[in-house]
Amino acid sequence: MAANPMSQFDVYRIGPEIKVGAFDISFTNASLFMIISTVSILLVFNLGSKRNSILPNKMQLLAELSYTFVAKMISDTAGSKAKPYFAFIFSLFMFVLFCNMFGMIPYTFTVTSHIIVTFILAAFIFIGVTVIGFIKHGFGYLKLFVPSGVPAVLLPLIVVIEIISYLSRPISLSVRLFANMMAGHTMMKVFGGFVISLGLVGGWLPLSFSVALTGLEILVAFLQAYVFAILTCIYLNDALNLHH
Amino acid sequence: MIKKIFFQSIFFSFLFFKEAFAAESGGMPQLNPEFWISQIFWLVLTFGIMYVVLSKFILPKISNNLESRKSQILENIEAAEKQREDSEAKLKEYDEIILKSKMEAKTIFNQTREKTLKDIGAKKEVLDQQIDDEINKAEKEIEVLRVGAPDKINKIAIETSSELLEKLIGSGVNSSSISAIVDDLSRRNGDKYYGN
Repeated sequence: MAANPMSQFDVYRIGPEIKVGAFDISFTNASLFMIISTVSILLVFNLGSKRNSILPNKMQLLAELSYTFVAKMISDTAGSKAKPYFAFIFSLFMFVLFCNMFGMIPYTFTVTSHIIVTFILAAFIFIGVTVIGFIKHGFGYLKLFVPSGVPAVLLPLIVVIEIISYLSRPISLSVRLFANMMAGHTMMKVFGGFVISLGLVGGWLPLSFSVALTGLEILVAFLQAYVFAILTCIYLNDALNLHH
Repeated sequence: MIKKIFFQSIFFSFLFFKEAFAAESGGMPQLNPEFWISQIFWLVLTFGIMYVVLSKFILPKISNNLESRKSQILENIEAAEKQREDSEAKLKEYDEIILKSKMEAKTIFNQTREKTLKDIGAKKEVLDQQIDDEINKAEKEIEVLRVGAPDKINKIAIETSSELLEKLIGSGVNSSSISAIVDDLSRRNGDKYYGN
């Protein structure tokens, strides 16, 4: 039902049910918008890298500015050692950004408003970073949980806190993105519902709120993609350059 | 009025909101695990394909483009720098040539001036010599004339006196006696007429 602000997050099957063993991998609206996002990313950056002119055209400029933006973000937070992971962080940032932005179009589905999607991304990052850390530093990576300059009395407590904070990384990372997207979209839907229910007389106020919220949500859509990518860089920095 | 409508609207809307929630039981669709496997599968598939295509084909091209542009700009700057240096060297050369030719012109001018002055001096000397010679010659001639003049005067005087005497007396007078008188007179008054 359209009046329910949560119904915009419903996932429904498009086409027939596909089952592999016990698993249902049917094509859904979520799958559709994942494909739309990735295809648009590939299209934009393919167009942007096709021709190499000294004076870039708009598409080329867009692609190159994004490239240098992400490259600068990675080198600022994780240093030069993070260069092999540039492609992954770039894809991650672009995927989250495009999914968020496509969600801003009315009647679309926001892929990143589902906890399972953000959690899979965050869990992959968490496992990947941990594996990289152990490959680079061996068991020395465990020194991450023992900060230097801490009194010996406090050490057991600090180590426990550090381990908990490390293990909660995938949860905080995924919940931050999912909650932001869901809350924003729910709020917009609620205010949209106010406009309809109050009609011509009182609907103007929630409408203006809705307009303002749309601007805010576009900002949030970009910001959350940026935060997601930069936190990945920070975790990667911990794994690559062990500071403690 | 507007305030009242606003608060009323919020109040009523919450009523509607609650009704809507009450009508649709089930809460957040995100927590319904029905399509979790499907979402994971499609996420891995689309993200994986996008990652492979981006990292293998598109990102290297963009980085290549950026690098080539950077190197080309650097090359252009280098070429411009080189040309600037070249032109500076040429300018220096030009200045040197100008200076050299100025000096040459000066020396040529000086040489010519000296030569001309020398020539003029030599010619002046020759002319002076000639003039001196002429003057000497003229002086000598004058001297000769001056020396010869009393004799001639005497002669004229003798002739004139003899003619006068002839006309006065009517007969010839011995010229030797006349000349003796004239000589005597001229010797006595010589200083009066030809005093130097």
